[in-house]
Amino acid sequence: MAIEKDVHHWMLRKMLLSRRFEEAIKAAYMEGKSPRFNMADGPIPGEMHLSNGQEPCAVGVCAHLTDHDVVTATHRPHHIAIAKGVDLKGMAAEIFGKTTGLSGGRGGHMHLFDQAVNFSCSGIIGEGMGPAVGAALGRRLAGDEGIAVSFIGEGAANQGAFHESLNLAAVWNVGVVFVIEDNAWGISVSKRSSTAVASNAERAVAYGMPGVRVEGNDPEAIYSAAGEAVERARSGGGPSLLELSTVRLEGHFMGDAEQYRPREEMDGLSQNDPIPRYSESLAERGLLSAEDQENMEREAQDAVDEAMAYARESALPEVHEAYQCVFA
Amino acid sequence: MTAQATQGTASQRLTIARSMATAIAGEMRADERVVVMGEDIAALGGVFGNCQGLLDEFGAERVRDTPISETAFIGAAVGMASVGLRPIVELMFVDFFGVCMDAIYNLAAKNCYFSGGQTPIPMVLMTSVGGGYGDAGQHSQCLYGTFAHLPGMKVVVPSDAYDAKGLLVAAIRDPNPVVFMYHKALQGMGWLGTEKGTVVDVPDDSYTVDLGKAAIKRPGSDVSLVGFGRTLHVALAAADALAMEGVSAEVIDLRSLVPLDKETLLGSVQKTGRMVVIDDDYLSFGVSGELIATVCDGAFSSLRAAPARIAHPDVPIPFSPSLERPLLPNVEQVVAAARQQMETR
Ligand SMILES: Cc1ncc(C[n+]2csc(CCOP(=O)(O)OP(=O)(O)O)c2C)c(N)n1
Repeated sequence: MAIEKDVHHWMLRKMLLSRRFEEAIKAAYMEGKSPRFNMADGPIPGEMHLSNGQEPCAVGVCAHLTDHDVVTATHRPHHIAIAKGVDLKGMAAEIFGKTTGLSGGRGGHMHLFDQAVNFSCSGIIGEGMGPAVGAALGRRLAGDEGIAVSFIGEGAANQGAFHESLNLAAVWNVGVVFVIEDNAWGISVSKRSSTAVASNAERAVAYGMPGVRVEGNDPEAIYSAAGEAVERARSGGGPSLLELSTVRLEGHFMGDAEQYRPREEMDGLSQNDPIPRYSESLAERGLLSAEDQENMEREAQDAVDEAMAYARESALPEVHEAYQCVFA
Repeated sequence: MTAQATQGTASQRLTIARSMATAIAGEMRADERVVVMGEDIAALGGVFGNCQGLLDEFGAERVRDTPISETAFIGAAVGMASVGLRPIVELMFVDFFGVCMDAIYNLAAKNCYFSGGQTPIPMVLMTSVGGGYGDAGQHSQCLYGTFAHLPGMKVVVPSDAYDAKGLLVAAIRDPNPVVFMYHKALQGMGWLGTEKGTVVDVPDDSYTVDLGKAAIKRPGSDVSLVGFGRTLHVALAAADALAMEGVSAEVIDLRSLVPLDKETLLGSVQKTGRMVVIDDDYLSFGVSGELIATVCDGAFSSLRAAPARIAHPDVPIPFSPSLERPLLPNVEQVVAAARQQMETR
């Protein structure tokens, strides 16, 4: 599938936005936590799972989606939220626990909800899969072309919800795409030591749906594979499973010393960044000028600066707000 | 205080994380039926440090990292226990019980009964509880009441490293399923802060702390403050503050929720006539209500004031520190509740 230049630019722009955003979050997260790292301290407490390295998965899939399509994501959600078009200011404010955040500070980084673009995420492994199946059915029963995409990590493919959801989606023949971001690690446990098959795409066979594994952490290859799966979902052809090989450039969460990760793998990480690889490849093919790139970099940085300033300047919620929204 | 004499043995000051690892290692050395498994417990030694060093000493056959498949591996623990092993299994955060509760409450907790006693299930389910560090509503709950409600499992909650080791050794040796709920704020992992009172001398040798035995941590005569896990430390600090006002608070550490040491609880309330329960689990339908009912049943005529409870309000645990922290039971609330109790004679 030949990819239009503006699609390339959209994907690169979103990848840059995600990366600049996470760099800013990473720096803010460490504020107040040094010299002695304490997760409870600083403007952003709690766990922080960065998605640096995994941006191609988010953009290659979300490039095919509209706001109306439903996406469920995981504990590692920022890149997907950004590619789905979640409001960056509201998202930053939520991560800072501010009253202007997407959920008024009630959810935080693992619970980002933006109903306007049909995005949500959740911290329990495999938990978004059932809801994606249901949302896809909901769209079909409403008679529209909307579909659903469920992002998970490769570790989630060993969770019961994975197998139940694939079967249910197949039995109902709903328009859902299951996307596994395979970064080879579930915290300290390698995929190899925890998963009975080398490629989770093989598991699709058991549920009578197409399963495709995409190597290379390459936005173009992901875009192509996702395009077929999304088209199948939209046209009533039913569910598909994609496993996308990707890389976790950071620890599982911030503060993870990663002593379990082989030295050679750690040393190779800086060579394994998909963003420069993609922009260089576009430039070589004459699809990206130096000026384009500069503009994209500046736009990304400006948007991130604006979102971070908004988050920092916003007020923290008042205690009585904790009691709101428990019920509708 | 302990079932076995521990005097005269060497000891070290340990965090709860270290003392749990020591307890498991000691039992694994003494009994080759003891195995341990869970997510990230082998090479990483447990996200909360409770399995540090076990892989090196005992090898991958007895110290198993599992896939993220809680229903399967907790179910497997039930199967292992029913054929003679002594599995210790970890559910990384108690909040994850939703994906695997069936194996816990319909199998581990009921097989002994269903089998007419033929098939006891000697297993330990270790699980981390509690928040206060901004991990939001799927990683910060306590859920003590949820587990204690279900018949057939013992439930213990240590408040310091000494009890953590003694309770864990007792749990491993117990012929029943025991849910060992360790509070993250007490664990002594630097990155989660460290509650000072949890790091205490722990004998090197194995010893047990009886399941179902509360401890009077501080004797007093005016009001009984009842806590466990993190709230024990809130109770102790409140007792210090109350002492400055001339109020003598007795502080009880429940240590076990199931079985519940009613004798110690009732004895204390019969003496003081007043009780404040502190629980960082949700307020309604939980441990705090159960303790008050126990006291109303067993010591009603001694009561001089309606028993009070301080617990987490009935809302999911919010992320924002400005919402989360004020909702956690704190010393001021306990002091105020005790003061109010003192006004009634
Ligand atoms: C049901 C459940 N079990 C365990 C966890 C703890 N946990 C959080 S992230 C994680 C690893 C997930 O690995 P993977 O699905 O591959 O995603 P990645 O973190 O690599 O993005 C684990 C075990 C959880 N959140 N939910």
